[in-house]
Amino acid sequence: MELPNFSLALPEIFIALSGMALLILGVFRKQEATQGIAILAVITMVLAALLVPAASGNRAETFGGMFVVDGFAVFSKLLVLVASSLCLVMSVNWLVKEKLERFEYPVLVLFATLGMLLMISANNLIALYLGLELQSLSLYVLAAYQRDSGRATEAGLKYFVLGSLASGMLLYGSSLIYGFAGTTGFDALAKALEHGAPVGVIVGLVFVLAGLAFKISAVPFHMWTPDVYEGAPTPVTAFFAVAPKIAAFSLLVRVMVGPFGAVTAQWQQVVVFVSVASMLVGSFGAIAQSNIKRLMAYSSIGHVGYGLIGLAVGDQVGIRGLLIYLAIYLFMNVGTFAIILAMRQKGRLLEGIDDLAGLSKTHPMMAVAMAIFMFSMAGVPPMAGFWGKFYVFMAAVDKGFITLAILGVLTSVVSAYYYLRIIKVMYFDEPKEALDRGVSGSLTFIMGVNALLIVVFTFIPSPLVSSAGAAAASLFGG
Amino acid sequence: MTDWPLLSITTFLPLLGAAFILTINGEAKVVARNARNVALLTSVATFLVSLLVWTNFDPGTADFQMVDQAAWLPGFDISYKMGVDGISLFFVLLSTFLTPLCILSAWEAVQTRVKEYMIAFLVLETMMVGMFCALDLVLFYTFFEGVLIPMFIIIGVWGGPRRVYAAFKFFLYTLLGSVLMLLAILAMYFNAHTTDIQVLLSHPFPASLQSWLWLAFFASFAVKVPMWPVHTWLPDAHVEAPTAGSVILAGVLLKMGGYGFLRFSLPMFPLASHDFTPLVYTLSIVAVVYTSLVALVQEDMKKLIAYSSVAHMGFVTIGIFTVQTQGIEGAIYQMLSHGIVASALFLCVGVVYDRMHTREIARYGGLSNRMPQYAFVFMVFTMASVGLPGTSGFVGEFLVLMGAFQVNSWVAAFAALGLILGPAYMLYLYRRVIFGKLTREDLKSILDLSPREIAVFVPLILVVVWMGVYPSSFLAPMHASVAKLINDYQLVQTAADPASLALR
Repeated sequence: MELPNFSLALPEIFIALSGMALLILGVFRKQEATQGIAILAVITMVLAALLVPAASGNRAETFGGMFVVDGFAVFSKLLVLVASSLCLVMSVNWLVKEKLERFEYPVLVLFATLGMLLMISANNLIALYLGLELQSLSLYVLAAYQRDSGRATEAGLKYFVLGSLASGMLLYGSSLIYGFAGTTGFDALAKALEHGAPVGVIVGLVFVLAGLAFKISAVPFHMWTPDVYEGAPTPVTAFFAVAPKIAAFSLLVRVMVGPFGAVTAQWQQVVVFVSVASMLVGSFGAIAQSNIKRLMAYSSIGHVGYGLIGLAVGDQVGIRGLLIYLAIYLFMNVGTFAIILAMRQKGRLLEGIDDLAGLSKTHPMMAVAMAIFMFSMAGVPPMAGFWGKFYVFMAAVDKGFITLAILGVLTSVVSAYYYLRIIKVMYFDEPKEALDRGVSGSLTFIMGVNALLIVVFTFIPSPLVSSAGAAAASLFGG
Repeated sequence: MTDWPLLSITTFLPLLGAAFILTINGEAKVVARNARNVALLTSVATFLVSLLVWTNFDPGTADFQMVDQAAWLPGFDISYKMGVDGISLFFVLLSTFLTPLCILSAWEAVQTRVKEYMIAFLVLETMMVGMFCALDLVLFYTFFEGVLIPMFIIIGVWGGPRRVYAAFKFFLYTLLGSVLMLLAILAMYFNAHTTDIQVLLSHPFPASLQSWLWLAFFASFAVKVPMWPVHTWLPDAHVEAPTAGSVILAGVLLKMGGYGFLRFSLPMFPLASHDFTPLVYTLSIVAVVYTSLVALVQEDMKKLIAYSSVAHMGFVTIGIFTVQTQGIEGAIYQMLSHGIVASALFLCVGVVYDRMHTREIARYGGLSNRMPQYAFVFMVFTMASVGLPGTSGFVGEFLVLMGAFQVNSWVAAFAALGLILGPAYMLYLYRRVIFGKLTREDLKSILDLSPREIAVFVPLILVVVWMGVYPSSFLAPMHASVAKLINDYQLVQTAADPASLALR
């Protein structure tokens, strides 16, 4: 029997082995090793990120066609690894301060990341489901990690119940597709559906879409987002907001333009609806929020809507826009959560928007960074967030999705209101009780670097734009 | 010298100064002093560089000059491209001229967060200058929108009691207008496959598309100008903004709309511009008459001047859409003049506001007794505002009316109403503040202009008189560019005319 080509999955294999090794290490060394394990986990992800491009080249499949590596996968995997490692770096300090040093945390993050990488490279409905579940199960546990807190356990349970429902829908959809098309492989599906799809496949596709929409928290499957974001520990929320979204988005893109590329017209209308609904809910839902994590939940729903414009367009330009959007979204969000993690008063973590009052006087640099992230999220040039929107709207206008683009820009004006509100609180209001000084070095570093990247992107856009373009091209066999 | 990228230097020099101020640390008092000095030096240096742009400018050609170009967005025909022609040249100068005066005017008035204040103004200057120089639509849009960030902060942090409301209204109003322009820009990109303004100026957009593009651009520029009925953000923003913020708002930001009409709407969508001219005339006339009447009943000095700005900008939009040499040159001249005069009037309000901390007209009266110098300065700018011959205001209004009369005498007649109402509200304001008996106790110890304030007003008075007495030094560089604009516009109209006749 011939062995599969393991070298393509090198980053995944490396993370899996390291994860197991760290788990064993943790069991033997107990809780005092948590920090060390966290650092090792970050190093593991950085090394895996270095291995990712090495495995690339042209599109290649392995494990009997279950696993695919192409430019698109490389780009998305790098984003996920960057997101995961940044979030883990932010968590270390939090674990120490909250006295929650348990070695399972970094290991769970590592396994969740492994699941995401598998999702990105999935080339079969079975592989898709396995990757998704590996990721989700780790995330369920992470959401309830702060097990003494009622809010966190509630968030974990809610996430688990609704997540299982979504997984069930996905699985049911997959079985329908298998039943009507006779295969679960993406390549084979693409061939089978070349000349139109039977109704059963379309129904199955809608179920799969619903399951994946849950994972990216798109409307109407967004209900869990605000509660889980608010309830989960803040570093976990930061992690939820970026890494799994990027992975699930990549998966969604691969499924939609790959095996179901021939029935684009069928799923396009669904994606357009989901996109518009997400933008509307994201922009109007956030207005009344007073908890910043809840606000970020609605904000992320809105951002998902903008990203979905790229998918709705469904061509190479659209996917490129989506990838650029995801990359910029990653840096804005990680930076914002770094600031939320730095919002401590007498050692206690705060979550109210009003707690930021007068930040520009007490922590001027932190306020500048936050203002940069907020203007960026609102899509005001010259911040990077504007370019994220620019590229997806560009795709939409190019393909004649004018109504979608107009709704997009209008909701972005609405959402500008609540981003400005945060700037207003920081700059226009007087400080009530100052936040603690002495923000940890890792958080300061993450804030600073992300803010700098957001500003510099306007001046040097080419590295990201070109690589996103190449990644999108690889998906379309270019 | 001419090989230097003068425009890029003018644009980014203030940003450099802002970055430098950001690094200043230490005791609050020292930081404030250093920040003021650095900001003033940077803005004066920027002004000197922009004077070089003027001296190097060749008035004989209608082409864009001093063009800098660099690759920007890979894989698209979107590049970093800067250049000026006769239309944009003086707006660049206006921005660089007003910024040092703003910084000087805030020398003592702003005592809180001086460092941030100076940074905000320098960043604002970069955005303004960059916007007038940009020769690429996407680049233009970036600067155009970027202006909102520092202005939002300036109004919100250093503004009056209702500053939060005013800042939000300003930001969201203008953002709403400009996002539609963004979509229009993208549509233009896919039609012409470039966003290079030079190429787009001669790109024939299909007539059906032109109307939509024109409306999208109009949404943005009409808010910026501002035209009735989307002017309501302006009085709020003006009243709440700190003095220097009002100066930049009136002096430069309002001109962005007029500049946009001249740079984009007229030359790129000539057919749509022709169709929509009646709409612009109507809105402008309403603006001129209605806001003049509103200005008459204002109790707040800043609000009165804010409404007068809307009226004056109504003249500008009429002038632009006459598409006559006199009309367009008059409109540009009126914008420059209004930029100087309205700024100076806001500075005048700032002078008494700094002393009395109120802008209520009724709280003043008889200032001529205690403040003769101030009374003189205020009078010069009041006269310039009402268009007294010999001041800059006269030239602009006269040329606009002359242009309008050639096209439509009704429009000219209604616009001339503004000339009657203008003096009414301005002289009424002047009388109530300056003349009469000095009866209020707290006014009896008010001090006249300080040397610093005189230093702010002297350059403004000189420019107002220069523009009024010898307009040619400003009109001559415009001629070639304006002539080309009008010529291209007429060519398109005559080419389209038989076609539209045949359709009927």
